[in-house]
Amino acid sequence: MAFDFLYPQYEIIRNPSRCTACRLCEKQCANGVHHMDTHSGTMLADESKCVACHRCVALCPARALKIVKTDHTFKENANWTGKTITEIYRQAGSGGMLLSSMGNPEPYPIYWDKLLINASQVTNPSIDPLREPMETFTLLGAKPETMMRDSLGNLVDNMPPQLRLKLPVMFSAMSYGSISYNAHAALAAAATELGTFYNTGEGGLHPDFYPYGSHTIVQVASGRFGVHPDYLNAGAAIEIKMGQGAKPGIGGHLPGVKVGPEISRTRMIPEGTDAISPAPHHDIYSIEDLRQLVYSVKEATHYQKPVIVKIAAVHNVAAIASGIARSGADIIAIDGFRGGTGAAPTRIRDHVGIPIELALASVDQRLREEGIRNRVSLVVSGSIRSSSDLVKAIALGADAVYIGTAALLALGCHLCRSCQKGLCNWGIATQRPDLVKRLNPETGAKRLINLLTSWDHELKEMMGGMGINSIEALRGNRAMLRGIGLTQKELDILGVKHAGE
Amino acid sequence: MRINAFGMYYRKLNETIRACSDHNIVIDHLCGQRYIACAEKDRLFTLRGTPGNGLAQYMDGATVEVFGNCQEAVGDTMNSGEIIIHGHCGDACAYGMRGGRILIEGNVGYRAGVHMKAHLDHQPVLIVGGTAGSFLGEYLAGGLIAVLGIGAKGAYPCRYFCGTGMHGGKIILRCDKKPEALPPQVLVSLASADDLSELAPHVEAYCHHFGHDVQTLMAQTYYVLTPNPEASYKRLYTFE
Repeated sequence: MAFDFLYPQYEIIRNPSRCTACRLCEKQCANGVHHMDTHSGTMLADESKCVACHRCVALCPARALKIVKTDHTFKENANWTGKTITEIYRQAGSGGMLLSSMGNPEPYPIYWDKLLINASQVTNPSIDPLREPMETFTLLGAKPETMMRDSLGNLVDNMPPQLRLKLPVMFSAMSYGSISYNAHAALAAAATELGTFYNTGEGGLHPDFYPYGSHTIVQVASGRFGVHPDYLNAGAAIEIKMGQGAKPGIGGHLPGVKVGPEISRTRMIPEGTDAISPAPHHDIYSIEDLRQLVYSVKEATHYQKPVIVKIAAVHNVAAIASGIARSGADIIAIDGFRGGTGAAPTRIRDHVGIPIELALASVDQRLREEGIRNRVSLVVSGSIRSSSDLVKAIALGADAVYIGTAALLALGCHLCRSCQKGLCNWGIATQRPDLVKRLNPETGAKRLINLLTSWDHELKEMMGGMGINSIEALRGNRAMLRGIGLTQKELDILGVKHAGE
Repeated sequence: MRINAFGMYYRKLNETIRACSDHNIVIDHLCGQRYIACAEKDRLFTLRGTPGNGLAQYMDGATVEVFGNCQEAVGDTMNSGEIIIHGHCGDACAYGMRGGRILIEGNVGYRAGVHMKAHLDHQPVLIVGGTAGSFLGEYLAGGLIAVLGIGAKGAYPCRYFCGTGMHGGKIILRCDKKPEALPPQVLVSLASADDLSELAPHVEAYCHHFGHDVQTLMAQTYYVLTPNPEASYKRLYTFE
């Protein structure tokens, strides 16, 4: 109907003097944008299907293509923007909730960009990491309250189980189902090579990836997909997912069309059926119930593995984290409101939750005030975009970070934010075999290793600049940060001074 | 091995069980100790008293027979095996259960069989002899739940919100009148011959353990709850 006509957001500019009509763009586009006009022998495009993923642009051998934002517009209106108007048309036509993927794209403050890092000058000289040892090794887990000695005075090892990271960055939970087999293969191989961890998400663990178990975090979420004793024991740690930054307070839904034979086997549900993760765990209504689940996985794994509890950053995150720290969890993962997702209701993704920077600062502060910071490690995510975000996170009190979107970008993601369609032209957020094979796991792993190796170098350079040679000395060291353009309230929450102070 | 659990903390009790290689484990005087038979494979547990929360959680092949009542989260995320309860059972029983069978002689509390799911030869079965509390079979994705309503005199043997969000599996309820006011995700019909033959072996097992008459039980009126395909989750969303 005319009501529902939405002008395409992007236009495909094809340079006719360059296009050889080789039809590669047509073969590459799973959305079916390009086709050949058989009469004229020229290539045409249906822009209404274009998601701006740049697959055709990147592969066009003649460099004949570019994607531009359309200049077609509604009458300009700062309140009723074109985006708002089209969303209303879409909902009026369908009666459905708006669905989106990847992280919150709206222009909220990014506090990482309002924090500046210190460096040494003259006194307390800086350190050259290329010449001197620089420690970024990280242990995640509860730390004992006291040292114990036996009757002869020898130290008794009372250290609870720890995750040992060569660098303080892990790959965040992305299920097999939301991303492809090849994407998981790349993450698993890269985590192993880098000495860090990837996370299964709530999708079970494919039998092929059990050999990477010592570098795998296995997740238990409300749907309990693929969870059984061998799965729990396969990983190096177990993550109980209570919430996700992109969709705090709601569950997940993997549509049946994505549940093919391999996903079915891994999630342990019939092919073609919807995989629904309910919003809450129906056995958790309190911190005491959470404690019960934490200790159930500890019993199932004989107290050999640390347990992570993952929550979304929400208003009362500090009080919630304080409860979790008393639940027996060894690590708390906090996911900020910019965290990514394979699919979430747009209104929730864009309007629920709080920035990770503020959540991290208030949780770290609260746990210190209560004298229980040693009981848990803090892992933050949503979104860590660079090594400078990483340095700032650690200085605000994080023990390590999770990266999801950054890792997918390394694998070729172009942030077209159309994961929910399952037609990812880069072979990441899809289960279609012809698309999945476009992502070479070895190449993907190499690119992930490159990314984190370069971040590790940058981290060491910034630490060296501050005269710090161990990540431990940076952790929670807010004196190394200054705010820029922040109100006194924001500075108070972040626990940092303003630049110039 | 026979253990007297009187006054024993659950950590010590479970360590003792794990350290023992015996096939048959008998525990007496249980009083709320948690996680008995958690993640256990292929052993036989005979329990007397009241085992605590998380009995047989993640269990994968063992058999647990309880002479007494059970508390919460029995058979949570259970993968295979069997639990036989000579008594009543608390809340959140069989949450996320994927395989095996739980037989409860008496009643079960709130949130039983939430998000049970099936896969190939994993077909979870929850049989409740008496009645069930609210939220029975919420988000049910697979498997079979049956409430036999013994002692309910033919009345609807559940409470509120039975089968909310159900998208797979089957719930069989013994009651004289068609259940009403069920959530939109649920379709109700009289049990067919196929439904009854699916139920029969489990009723036989129930009677074998708890001593009722199979034929009398099977001759009663049963209604079947199945997911309503019209109410699937797909229709919830719109996107570019």
